[in-house]
Amino acid sequence: MENKYEKMWQDIGLDVPLHNELLASINKSFQATVGAQKNRPEAMKYFDHVLHESHGGRVQELIDNKAKGNKTVGTFCIYVPDELILAVDLIPIALCGGTQFSIPYAEKMFPRDICPLVKSTLGLAFSKTCPYAPIKSLAVGETTCDAKKKTWEILAKKVNFHVLEVPQKKKDLDYKIWRDEIDEFKNKIEELAGRKVTAQKLSQTIKIMNDKRKALQKLTELRKNDPPPISGLDALVVMQAALNDEPIRFTENLNKLNQELEERVKNGISPFVKGTKRVMISGTPAVMGNWKVHSLIEKSNAVVVFDETCTGSRYFENLVSENFNELDKQLDALADRYLKINCACFTPNEERLENVVKKIDEYKIDGVVHYVLQYCHGYNIETLKLDGALKEKNIPTLKIVTDYSEEDIGPLRTRIDAFIERLA
Amino acid sequence: MIKVGIDIGSRTIKLVILDNNNLVNHQIIDTGTDPLKNTERLLKEYQYDKIVATGYGRYLVQKHFGFPVITEIKAYAQGACFLFPSCRTVIDIGGQDSKVIRVNQGKVEDFEMNDRCAAGTGRFLEVMAATLGFTIEQFGKQACQAQKPVSINSMCTVFAESEVISLISHGENVYNIILGLHQSIVNRILAMVGKIGFEDDVVFAGGVAKNQCMQMLLTQRIGKKLLLPKEPQIVGAIGAALSG
Repeated sequence: MENKYEKMWQDIGLDVPLHNELLASINKSFQATVGAQKNRPEAMKYFDHVLHESHGGRVQELIDNKAKGNKTVGTFCIYVPDELILAVDLIPIALCGGTQFSIPYAEKMFPRDICPLVKSTLGLAFSKTCPYAPIKSLAVGETTCDAKKKTWEILAKKVNFHVLEVPQKKKDLDYKIWRDEIDEFKNKIEELAGRKVTAQKLSQTIKIMNDKRKALQKLTELRKNDPPPISGLDALVVMQAALNDEPIRFTENLNKLNQELEERVKNGISPFVKGTKRVMISGTPAVMGNWKVHSLIEKSNAVVVFDETCTGSRYFENLVSENFNELDKQLDALADRYLKINCACFTPNEERLENVVKKIDEYKIDGVVHYVLQYCHGYNIETLKLDGALKEKNIPTLKIVTDYSEEDIGPLRTRIDAFIERLA
Repeated sequence: MIKVGIDIGSRTIKLVILDNNNLVNHQIIDTGTDPLKNTERLLKEYQYDKIVATGYGRYLVQKHFGFPVITEIKAYAQGACFLFPSCRTVIDIGGQDSKVIRVNQGKVEDFEMNDRCAAGTGRFLEVMAATLGFTIEQFGKQACQAQKPVSINSMCTVFAESEVISLISHGENVYNIILGLHQSIVNRILAMVGKIGFEDDVVFAGGVAKNQCMQMLLTQRIGKKLLLPKEPQIVGAIGAALSG
C-alpha cells in the first residue's frame, strides 16, 4: 500500500521515508497482536482494512472531499459532538496517536512526563508523519486534562484551533457552561463551513450517530455470551475504526459483523472455549496503534468482554434524544448526552463507579484490569475508589500503569499472567 | 513420580527434583547469555516424569521444549506454602524483581510486584556492592558495622549510584551508606506490603533473603519473625515442580 500513496504523501508535505518507517512499525505491532489471532470473524476484514487505509485511502477521500468544500475537522476527545460537525457537511476525524514511534519527536520539545497519547499525537505532527495534520482545516481540543489544555495553547499558534471547555462537575451551572460551549462550537464550525446548522440537518446527523452507537452497543451485547463470538482485541479494532471511518459506511459494516457474530453464537463458534475467564478493561483509551494490553490479556487465556474506556462504552453509551425538531431543543439534547460521559476529569464522578459495578454483573466479569496510561493522574487515582467498590463485590483487580513502549513487557506479562491465574 | 521444577530467572536458573513430593535434589547455575542452552545442559543429567517451568525465561523454554509454565508469583506462593504450611504472605526479592504475595493454602489472594525497573531488587544490591568494592555475599554483613544509616533518596539504581558516589566524596562512612542502601529496599518492600496488607506467617524468599542485613531489617520493620527457607532461591522452582 505504501507505493500507491507516496505521491499524495509528498504532496501534503509528509516526510515520506520516515512515514514509511512509521507504517512498517505499526504494521509489525498489528501483525504481532491483531494479526496473530485465530478464528477471527470474516467481517473483521473490513475493519482491518479501515486501519490499514487510515493513512492511505481515507486520507485521499478527505482530500477529495476538501476539494468539494467538505473540510476535515480533527478531534482529540469523545466529548466533541460529531453530530454538529457532520451537520454542516464537515468531516470529523479523531487524531489521537497510539504509537511509540513518534514519541521521541514530541520529547524533543515537550516534557517527557506527560501521557503517551498526547506525546504520540504531537510527535506524529512534529515529525511530519501524520497525514491529517496538514489536511485538516480545524482542530478541536478540550479541557479534560492539564497536559492537553496547555498543549492546545501552543498548537493554537500554528493551526486553526478551537477549545471546548468540558466542566469538572455536573451541577446546573456546569450544564449551562457546557451548553454555551456547544453554542460557541456550533458558531465556529458554521463559520468554517460557510453554512448554518439547521434543525432538519441536525436531526439527520443525530440519527446517523445514534445508529452508529446502537451498532456498537449491539456488538457489546454480543460479548455477553459465554464464550463471546469475538475477541476483545477485535472489538477494540472495531472501536479504533469507528474513530476514523465515515460513520454511515462504518455502521453498515458493523451491522454485517454483528449478523455474523449472531450466527457464530448460534453455532457455538468463538476464538475462546466456554468458561474462559472474563475481564473488563476500565480506564484510559487504547487508540489506533495501541493493542498492547488487550493482546497480553488474551494471550494469557482470558477474554476481554467489556471496555469501560473512551475506546469502549464511554464512546457509545447513551443516545441523543431524537424527539425534538427545534434546533435549540436538539442542542439541549446533544449537550445532555455528552455531559453524561463519565470521564475521570469530573469530580466526584460517582456515576462511573455505579456504571462499572452494574456492568460487572451484566457481563459476568471475573476480574477488572485498571488500564492507566502513564501520567494520567485522574484515572490513576480514581482506581482507588473503584477498587473499594469492587472489593465489596469480591472482584479481583489489577492496575496497569504503562505507556506505549515495549520496555515493560516482561514484568507486565508476568503480572497479567499471575492475575489471570488468580481468577482460575 | 519424579517431578522437575525449573525457574529461569534473570540472574540464575534454579532446578529442583521432587520424588513423590519430597525434595531430593536441587541445582543453581548462572542464567548467562544463553538460557536455552544452559537449561538443556542442566536437564540432561536427570530423568523425570513431569516438568513445569517458571521465571522470566518460561516462555522461551515453552516455545523450544513445550514445557507447561506458571508465573513466578504462583510458583513462589505454592513453594512457600509447601515449605511452610502456615505461610500467608510471601516476600520474594529476586534478581530483577521483588514481589509481595498474599496466599491462602497455596492460592494467590493478591500480589504486588515492581512493574518497570530493577529498583529495590537483588540487582540494585549487586550494582551498589560493586560500586563500593564488595562482593554480594559480603555486602549484607558489612552493613552490621554501621553506626547510623544514611538516608538514600533515589530508588533508581542509576541515580542511587550517583548519590552513593556523592556521599563518599562528602566523607560519609561506607558502612552507614551500605545500611542506608539496604533500608531503601526495605522501604520499597514495605510500601508494597502496605498496598495489599499481610498476615502471619511471613516467608522471606528469593536470592536477597540470604542477605543477613535484609533479614534483620525486614524483621524489625514488619515486627514479626520471618520464616526463612534453607535455600531461599529455589522456592519458585519447588512451586513449579508441585504444579506438575
